[in-house]
Amino acid sequence: MSYQVPKFRHPQLPVNDLGYTKADYEGAISTLCAGCGHDSISGAIVRACHELSIEPHKIAKLSGIGCSSKAPTYFLGNSHGFNSVHGRMPSVVTGAALANRELLYLGVSGDGDTASIGMGQFAHVARRNLNMVYIVMNNGCYGLTKGQDSATADRGSASKKGDPSIYSAIDLCGTALQMGATFVARSFSGDKEQLVPLIKAAIAHRGFALIDVVSPCVTFNNNPQSTKSYEFVREHSEATGTIDFVPMHKEITTEYQPGYSHEVTMHDGSSIHLYKVDESLNPFDRRSAITALEDHRCSGSILTGLIYMNKDSRDLHEVLETSQRPLNQLHEADLCPGNKMLLNINASLR
Amino acid sequence: MIVKRIESVNDFVIKFANVNGTGSASANNLFAKALFRMGVPVSPKNIFPSNIQGLPTWYEVRVNDKGYLGRRGGIDIALSVNPQSMAQDIREVEPGGYFIYDSTKPLDHRLLRNDISIIGLPLTLICNEQYDDPRQRQLFKNVIYVGALAALLDMDFKVLTALVEDQFKGKKNLVLPNIHALELGHHYARAHIECPIGIRVKKSDKVGDKILLDGNTALGLGALYGGATVAAWYPITPSTSVVDAFEKYAKRVRIDPGTGRRNYAIVQAEDELSAIGMAIGASWNGARSFTATSGPGVSLMSEFLGLAYFAEIPTVLFNVQRAGPSTGMPTRTQQSDILACAYASHGDTKQVLLFPSTPKECFDFGALAFDLAERLQTPIILMSDLDLGMNDNMSEPLAWDDERKYDRGKVMTAEQLENGVEFGRYLDVDGDAICYRTYPGTHPTKGAFFTRGTSRNEYAIYTEKGEEYEANMLRLLRKWDTINEHVPAPITADCGRETDIGVLYFGTSEESSREALDYLAAEGVYMNAMRVRAFPFNQAVRQYIERHTQVFVIEQNRDAQLRTLLMAEFEFGPDKLKSVLCFDGSPISARNIRKQIKKHLKGDNVLPLHRKTALARTGESR
Repeated sequence: MSYQVPKFRHPQLPVNDLGYTKADYEGAISTLCAGCGHDSISGAIVRACHELSIEPHKIAKLSGIGCSSKAPTYFLGNSHGFNSVHGRMPSVVTGAALANRELLYLGVSGDGDTASIGMGQFAHVARRNLNMVYIVMNNGCYGLTKGQDSATADRGSASKKGDPSIYSAIDLCGTALQMGATFVARSFSGDKEQLVPLIKAAIAHRGFALIDVVSPCVTFNNNPQSTKSYEFVREHSEATGTIDFVPMHKEITTEYQPGYSHEVTMHDGSSIHLYKVDESLNPFDRRSAITALEDHRCSGSILTGLIYMNKDSRDLHEVLETSQRPLNQLHEADLCPGNKMLLNINASLR
Repeated sequence: MIVKRIESVNDFVIKFANVNGTGSASANNLFAKALFRMGVPVSPKNIFPSNIQGLPTWYEVRVNDKGYLGRRGGIDIALSVNPQSMAQDIREVEPGGYFIYDSTKPLDHRLLRNDISIIGLPLTLICNEQYDDPRQRQLFKNVIYVGALAALLDMDFKVLTALVEDQFKGKKNLVLPNIHALELGHHYARAHIECPIGIRVKKSDKVGDKILLDGNTALGLGALYGGATVAAWYPITPSTSVVDAFEKYAKRVRIDPGTGRRNYAIVQAEDELSAIGMAIGASWNGARSFTATSGPGVSLMSEFLGLAYFAEIPTVLFNVQRAGPSTGMPTRTQQSDILACAYASHGDTKQVLLFPSTPKECFDFGALAFDLAERLQTPIILMSDLDLGMNDNMSEPLAWDDERKYDRGKVMTAEQLENGVEFGRYLDVDGDAICYRTYPGTHPTKGAFFTRGTSRNEYAIYTEKGEEYEANMLRLLRKWDTINEHVPAPITADCGRETDIGVLYFGTSEESSREALDYLAAEGVYMNAMRVRAFPFNQAVRQYIERHTQVFVIEQNRDAQLRTLLMAEFEFGPDKLKSVLCFDGSPISARNIRKQIKKHLKGDNVLPLHRKTALARTGESR
């Protein structure tokens, strides 16, 4: 049972450029377990959207089935949401995005919803380069059915039930790269300083943006034998670097940190500043990104941060050459050719 | 055995036996179209294998001045150019009929029949003499026999040449060789065979302003005129050409004149689950969208159909049925998805079905489906089939009222929200059990809601309270009554005599049923007829069944699915409704229907008829 968040807020809550407080981006009170990584991700989404000054109703949030897919209830209460069918969120987002290209599409899914039942749709939405943000709340287990291993559970990793996973794990970042995703990042629910700029960059990216967020399941998969526990992830994460997201209209005031290596201007005029730590990775080169993922897999560490980005790709609307006016705003005059054409068609069929 | 040869004018069935992948379909189509242009009603049916090249394929043309367009049953003329199927083809010819074959090789004497006329045309020989290129030999062989047929049937040769000129307009290098091939056949037949044979064609005026069109193209046009902007699909026979047609016409008329960009989007999905997911996502977001599929696709789409039913999202699904179950006979026709669609998905569901029976109705219902989906906020499943979808059917011309406005249903606007109109996504404010929805992005702080397949209250908030769940399910049942007021009503044909017997059918069983009823009436058995055009069934359907002692339900599946649905929805006893079925993959024929009804009427397993009718029939037909 979800509850509405109480409307009372401190009167001096800071407002963004549109005059909205952070509360305007919040949702109902979470019913997930206390300490669930998913709630931290929800918080990061709220912060990113508020700080980017996006009209809350210009966002559509969509999900599949599972703990992760329940999460959209707990953020962006003024946005339309769609809790669809298990593993099928990508197709619903694709249809929605085709209908109205002007909204921001935020897909939220889990590791079961994406890497198992939804693997097909995940692969295909990536290769179509749909303009969306796809966040996986990845805890390596099926929480809502009490902790079975998922397809992202590392071989040998054991959940609270105690049996180590016997299968090879699916790396969603690697899969997304292979499928043609144009923005691939990984983060950790416990690292908001990394996650919030990544979400902002993913929103600014035009094309398919995946953020695979390791998000420990405190109830079923946070034990010492698990590679998706808070402790393990903290100890084994290696960031590609850090990024700063600078909106278009903001003056750059921060001092560049040492190691600053790239400034990338996005299509909406915003820019991303990359501070690389890992010199071997070139996040603008897919081959380099794939190699980096494989190197970290072999060394048993978790590569986080921005892994790959191609900001000049053509998204699905570009490929399909759809009109700039959203398709859901077209009327009879734009759509219906009228009886005259039928007369010609009839004549050709006699 | 001496059998009189069949003599008729503008009334026969001809079946061409070819090898698929040899270009025979276009030549056979040329033949059918020529008859149509001569003003003679035709009904061509392409009977093809699930294969691209090398297997037997047939093309059956019903020619009939009275305008019966269904299959009659029986073959009067077989034209065989495929040795693989020759034994079967010659066997099928009616006594007194004609067997025309490629006589380059002598006919196997074991196949000979003395009760039919056997006519040889040395097609391969003529081709080998005329053409060096093997592909040309293959293609023109078909055109040559059409030319020969023109002589044998006394057709107007000029109609054929004019058709070829139309077909290859502007391609002179194609027109002349085709006309030459027609002449080769024509001359050969005239010089070597006594022409015409007993079956002849003469100019008629029974076609009027009708058109020759396949149902799938009509559906594609219906979607175009109905304002669909998003089409998502996965290739499957026999529905593939629906989206092909939509795209063909959209490319012509849906290009934004200012920018050259498209006012539509078509996505070939990775599977049918994704195809319907996209259609649902687009509809949820306020665009008219559809998908087209066939049986196996419907099975895959079922879960999403349940979501769209329960979450009340408009969806349009064109189901072009084929023979199931499983892969079944992918290129053969059936009406066997009725139950799978009517109750698609787990849990308590009821889905709206539309049953078109002509290309004109495919167009009309195809466009109407979008109005219905948005007005009723539920999936609309249009039930076509392979016979209607992939064959050229003679049809009333298509028409559109230019004054017509799309019915976008109950959508709450930003102004209404701003003015404080109460919004509850599942709140029935006016008693028709259909609630207002909002499109995403409507208002900054009002009208947002969470669409879900889980139970929720009237304000779209998740709930597991039994009474709230039940209230919602009961509202959906009340909505079914509203739906019933909107879907196309059945059409009845009264036989004009007092009778207690009726027949009931839907979709492509219409033409053959009509013909069978005429046969039976000529034998003194009079029956009323009703064609059902939608599910939910109109109350008129209940009254019709109640009014008759006995109703024959004619349908093209094994399990009498429409009959089951009628019994489930109206609680009629099984004795009242008798089945007339055909499920061999061919369209049901008039002779088959007549045979089955007569068997029922003669059998003991039938309810006693109204005394007067029984007496009347005893006198007239027994």
